[in-house]
Amino acid sequence: MSRASSGSGDSDAPRRDSKRPKYSRFTQQDLPACKPILTPRWVISAFTLVGIVFVPIGVALLLASNKVVEIIDRYDTECVPDNMANDKVAYVQNEGIDKTCTRILTVPKDMGRPIYVYYQLDNFYQNHRRYVRSQNDAQLRDAGKANYTSDCAPEKKTSDGSPIVPCGLIAWSLFNDTYSFVRGNENLAVNKKGISWKSDREHKFGKDVYPKNFQNGTLIGGGKLDPNKPLSEQEDLIVWMRTAALPTFRKLYGKIETDLKENDTITVTLENNYNAYSFSGKKKLVLSTTSWLGGKNDFLGFAYLSFGGLCFFLATAFTLAYMINPRKLEDPLSLSRTKNLLDH
Amino acid sequence: MAANLGLFSDPSPPPPISGHVPSSRRRPSHDRISFAPDSSHSASSPSALGVPARHGSRAESERLAASQRDLPDEDARLVVVGDAPGTAEAAARLGLGVGPAGNAVRTGKYSVLSFLPRNLFEQFRRVAYVYFLVIAVLNQLPQLAVFGRGASLLPLAFVLFVTALKDAYEDFRRHRSDRLENNRSSLVLGPSPLPRFLPKPWKRIRVGDVVKLLADDPAPADMVLLSTSDPTGVAYVRTTNLDGESNLKSRYAKQETLARTPEDGFAGVIRCERPNRNIYGFHANLELRGGRRVSLGPSNIVLRGCELKNTAWAVGVVVYAGKDTKVMLNSSGAPSKRSRLETRMNRETLFLSVFLLAMCLIVCTLNGIWLVVHQNELELMQFFRKRDYSGGDEKNYNYYGIAMTVFIIFLMAVIVFQIMIPISLYISMELVRLGQAYFMTRDTNLYDESSNLRFQCRALNINEDLGQIKYIFSDKTGTLTENKMEFQCATVGGVDYSGGKAPSPIETGFYSIVVGDQFWRPKMLVKTDPELAKLLRNGGETEEGKCAREFFLALAACNTIVPLILETPDPKQKLIDYQGESPDEQALVYAAAAYGFVLVERTSGYIVIDVLGDRQRFDVLGLHEFDSDRKRMSVIIGCPDKTVKLYVKGADNSMFGVIDKSINLDIIRATETHLHNYSSLGLRTLVVGTRKLSRTEFEEWQSAYEKASTALLGRAGLLRTVATDIERNLHILGATGIEDKLQKGVPEAIESLRQAGIKVWVLTGDKQETAISIGYSCKLLTREMTQIIINSYSREACRKSLEDAMAMCNKLTELSPMAQSSTTAAGSGRIRLALIIDGNSLVYILETDLQEELFGIASKCDVVLCCRVAPLQKAGIVALVKHRTDDMTLAIGDGANDVSMIQMADVGIGISGQEGRQAVMASDFSMGQFRFLVPLLLVHGHWNYQRMGYMILYNFYKNAAFVLVLFWYTFYTAFTLTTAITEWSSLLYSVLYTAFPTIVVGILDKDLSRRTLVRYPRLYGAGQREEKYNLKLFIICLIESVWQSLAIFYVPYFVYRHSTIDGSGLGDIWALAAVIVVNIHLAMDVARWNWMTHAIIWGSILATAICVMVIDSIWFLSGYWAIFHVMGTTLFWACLLCTIVVGIIPHFILKAFIDYFMPSDIQIAREMEKFGHLNQAMRSEIRMRTFSQS
Repeated sequence: MSRASSGSGDSDAPRRDSKRPKYSRFTQQDLPACKPILTPRWVISAFTLVGIVFVPIGVALLLASNKVVEIIDRYDTECVPDNMANDKVAYVQNEGIDKTCTRILTVPKDMGRPIYVYYQLDNFYQNHRRYVRSQNDAQLRDAGKANYTSDCAPEKKTSDGSPIVPCGLIAWSLFNDTYSFVRGNENLAVNKKGISWKSDREHKFGKDVYPKNFQNGTLIGGGKLDPNKPLSEQEDLIVWMRTAALPTFRKLYGKIETDLKENDTITVTLENNYNAYSFSGKKKLVLSTTSWLGGKNDFLGFAYLSFGGLCFFLATAFTLAYMINPRKLEDPLSLSRTKNLLDH
Repeated sequence: MAANLGLFSDPSPPPPISGHVPSSRRRPSHDRISFAPDSSHSASSPSALGVPARHGSRAESERLAASQRDLPDEDARLVVVGDAPGTAEAAARLGLGVGPAGNAVRTGKYSVLSFLPRNLFEQFRRVAYVYFLVIAVLNQLPQLAVFGRGASLLPLAFVLFVTALKDAYEDFRRHRSDRLENNRSSLVLGPSPLPRFLPKPWKRIRVGDVVKLLADDPAPADMVLLSTSDPTGVAYVRTTNLDGESNLKSRYAKQETLARTPEDGFAGVIRCERPNRNIYGFHANLELRGGRRVSLGPSNIVLRGCELKNTAWAVGVVVYAGKDTKVMLNSSGAPSKRSRLETRMNRETLFLSVFLLAMCLIVCTLNGIWLVVHQNELELMQFFRKRDYSGGDEKNYNYYGIAMTVFIIFLMAVIVFQIMIPISLYISMELVRLGQAYFMTRDTNLYDESSNLRFQCRALNINEDLGQIKYIFSDKTGTLTENKMEFQCATVGGVDYSGGKAPSPIETGFYSIVVGDQFWRPKMLVKTDPELAKLLRNGGETEEGKCAREFFLALAACNTIVPLILETPDPKQKLIDYQGESPDEQALVYAAAAYGFVLVERTSGYIVIDVLGDRQRFDVLGLHEFDSDRKRMSVIIGCPDKTVKLYVKGADNSMFGVIDKSINLDIIRATETHLHNYSSLGLRTLVVGTRKLSRTEFEEWQSAYEKASTALLGRAGLLRTVATDIERNLHILGATGIEDKLQKGVPEAIESLRQAGIKVWVLTGDKQETAISIGYSCKLLTREMTQIIINSYSREACRKSLEDAMAMCNKLTELSPMAQSSTTAAGSGRIRLALIIDGNSLVYILETDLQEELFGIASKCDVVLCCRVAPLQKAGIVALVKHRTDDMTLAIGDGANDVSMIQMADVGIGISGQEGRQAVMASDFSMGQFRFLVPLLLVHGHWNYQRMGYMILYNFYKNAAFVLVLFWYTFYTAFTLTTAITEWSSLLYSVLYTAFPTIVVGILDKDLSRRTLVRYPRLYGAGQREEKYNLKLFIICLIESVWQSLAIFYVPYFVYRHSTIDGSGLGDIWALAAVIVVNIHLAMDVARWNWMTHAIIWGSILATAICVMVIDSIWFLSGYWAIFHVMGTTLFWACLLCTIVVGIIPHFILKAFIDYFMPSDIQIAREMEKFGHLNQAMRSEIRMRTFSQS
């Protein structure tokens, strides 16, 4: 207490050090400011404006989405021989059985190149907590860090203790169905170069890191890797290791650099290697073209259209409400409670 | 010695005047609060009685007497004068453990080393922080590691860091001022071979050191005076630093020590109390070398921080140093209260905890179900991999059965959803309050020009309570009034002289006195009544003339005022400044001076009065100070004509009891009538009486007085008996009327507060008539009001009058239908009631079953006026209201007698005025003027409340929205609580991405301008009705957060459902969308956009985007480069726009609808502000000026 007032308590000359706060618009909380108020005009204009913006966007999005041609073929059940339909897991785990399967697809509309080939998995939780972090970034990037296998359990090391490269569940469960496409007699080449992110190839996966001890364990989770190719060139792995956000996801398999015509018949020869049966997953093959928007996406267009419409409706509704039940703004007498506001 | 002039050539030693004559005000120590049970603070004008009326003086004296009786060794401190090492030794010898403290002070809480542990300890005393710490610790368990180790500690660390930074800065400032203080130097007597006063820094001064102060020096420690430059041993000190009082107080050195020079050395031992915080009490005795014992009291001690004034030098011995000094012991921190809003907030926090718990339970139950359904697939499922084959023998990998997994998931859910309880809210609230306090202290409208004082926030956590006040309990003297007393009128010898006129310049010559070739005149001019002045000058020999002279002599003599001679620019002119502790006494002495009885000099033994130009010396033979039992004070004066006279002045009811009614009955009657008139004019009254003492009477008194004042046992009681014995059979001289002027703007302020729906209760120690008339003059009472007066002297009578009053209330309220509608709507058709009750009745009501009835009546009345209430009763009345309603109470006062109610009320405001700083020390806020309540409550209170209310709700909402986004995602991760949003983003969300806009809006946004708020006090009702923070709003904001979280989650979900998007990319979209939506939500609620608001809202969206990009540029994080891939597509932008609009539309609809169709007062006022007519604005400006100009 003495501290606060020491040195200034001399009342003989109180004006000498006046404590009057300095005036500034800031300290007096009087900065120039705009005071928005939701007047009817503002409300109606805002709704109308949103409507005017949203409806055209919605239309454009729908048009773009409609231009995209998409062929989806689910093959996981069809590609199991009838005699093994009751025990699909045994079928897929049995390495002795030939997993080759042939599917015939018909092109519904003309498809311009490039045609993207995706595989789609359903019910595969790449975001499962036990799974999503089961990898080691240092090991993937740096050849000298092959022993860095933390987080990779239970796919850290082989039974004799040497580290697995790439370690972890994600790499271990690499998707390994393969597809090849034939139109008539013409083989449609699938370009598998550049399907992964450049940033991943260059910074996450080392150019001098080669697979070691991979997929040697008791339980085979998925595909094998060519031990002579560095990880940065194993694009299927790179794509697979960018874990999906949702349990239903697509991953890019490759691109077909050929235009397809309406009613073309395409024969797909695929190897149904991947065990999606253990988790009752579905496997689908997707061929799709793109527009400026990307793939097929009707939802966004409808969302824009419906919310644009809703805004028009709201604009009308508010207009009517304002007309039916008008209130003079700034008029304190328009309310019973505030009648007292002016009552001095 | 002065008194030893031998009026009667009496061989007996003179009364030991120096010990008690100037006894300074004795106030009880408010060890927070301590009241004597008998403290009836009911003198009509207490502070007129020489020593300001302080409750509990008896109890204190008795305590002191007791402490003197037995100052046992274990309770005593021994100080060897002039021998600091000896003092320390003595302490050790007595087994007192450590010796006395050194003089270095340390107000800083921390040292460099202790800062971290102590500060952390202090911070973790908050339950919320412990919660977050527990969660962070849980996260360190490997099974539960949801976030990385570093990341999980980040938010808590951030909050702790910011708080620590704030504390460190404050502590640094304290250290700096400590250093400054400790390095000041004083003159200290050197070691014995060559005793000389040498400068020594304060920190090295020790107990037992002899210190010499020069004029204007502050005392470095509490010290007992040994000698001064004045031959009588008087020294004047100013205690501004201690208690804020700027008048001079006199302190005395004992006769026994006076004669010795420093060089002789002061051998002796002082035995004093242990250090305590009572700044008005001190008890000790000094044992001199010869074995003689001298008792020491509060008038012999100069406390640390006091400045020596008007005295060339003073020498004293340090008895308490450093942290033992009274000032340090009294520098307690601000009181800690918790605001209403925060209490309410805790209720909602509890609700959110339940909500959080429910979410966790849902997630873990669903996880359990999922596990049961997929039980047989777990081994082969690539993304589960129940077994670990690598070790040779097969074992489960990280799997402990379903029950355990479910439990772990539950704990993890708590960790993931932790920010449902907003961690940043606590620190945000502190910062916002800091900002609000800054603006309140900087407000020029709250600055008091006359006292040069700013508004002061002493309690930092109840700012928003200022916006919800429903009851104001106000003191009168010094709060509604200025406590600057002005002599108005007098009745002398039964004749009323109230025709006072302002002194004209020509007349001033009359009461300046000639000293040599100089003119001395009193500093303050008082208007005089010409009749009375004429009577004094001319009617010397008449009976009336004699009476008038005696009267003014009594006024000039019967006081404890010290005249000080001040220089003026004109060398021939000097000003006499009367310094004293009671403003009433000052007024009376100035009045006496104006009529020609100029007090010129006061020493401990005599006073010099210039009686109409003739300088006379009067010996002060004895003085009986004021006490609250007698309610009067008296002096015994030896006049130049060798007569001895007793002059007494006191409250009317106490004086009429000791006045001899057998003589001059008509004068007594007339005086009584005049007194009644005065008090109905609102004047404070005092009655003056006298008696000539015969020689025998005087001798009897003298021996009794001497015996009493040297008694070791019950000295105060004995002195009181002596006083009561002599103060009898008085001859009435007259009475005075002193006006205590209303403070500026009080009537307007009260009117505004009343319109704001605040009930103002005045609690005063004044008598009823005075209180009522002040009530009228400050427009608290109006002529249309029906007054209910309760004045009873017994329990039964009280019950009766309360019942009558109740019946009357009911009858009157039935008559006016308006009254039932609302108590705040003071409609014109309503009969308004005022309850006036006095302290006597309250004795029978408070703390009994009659309380309920009193409250019942009081709540029906518009105004309640309590007169003659004791301090404890003030607190009782506040408690009466506080405990029976949910309404917020505010107490405002300026004196020590208001401390109890200031502490009792929800919000205590201290007026830093004439009566010291006790009230300020106990208060939450302090300011200079009563009228500042209007800008404080109506403007700042309103702003603070609405800002804080909104900020709390918004914080709940924004965190809930985010947590719900995380929650929805768990449905797509097999309920395993993976977060798509990177852990850094989800932890930064509440501390960085969204915290700053709420803080800035919480500090700067204002729904209405100052002008509007002052002009329409009704707008204050928003806070009283809790319109800005209530359960309904809380539920609405939760619903909004559910909707927005759904929009934020599901729009991108549906857009990217069948795409190749990776987890991090989608997570980034969700994070960005969430931050943008909640910020736009905030933007829509901002009432006033200035550049800072713009900068912070748009800036924090930008900052979030940058943060997300930075996080995605770190190669070892899973989201490497994800945001750039996503942002490169049109789909992203289309999706973001859609998400934001879908999320925000409902809030916009709600706002547009409510603002137009169900507008609140505030909304209408905002519209008026924006579209209102010009002439209205003009009018309001005029009204504004009445409050803002000082």
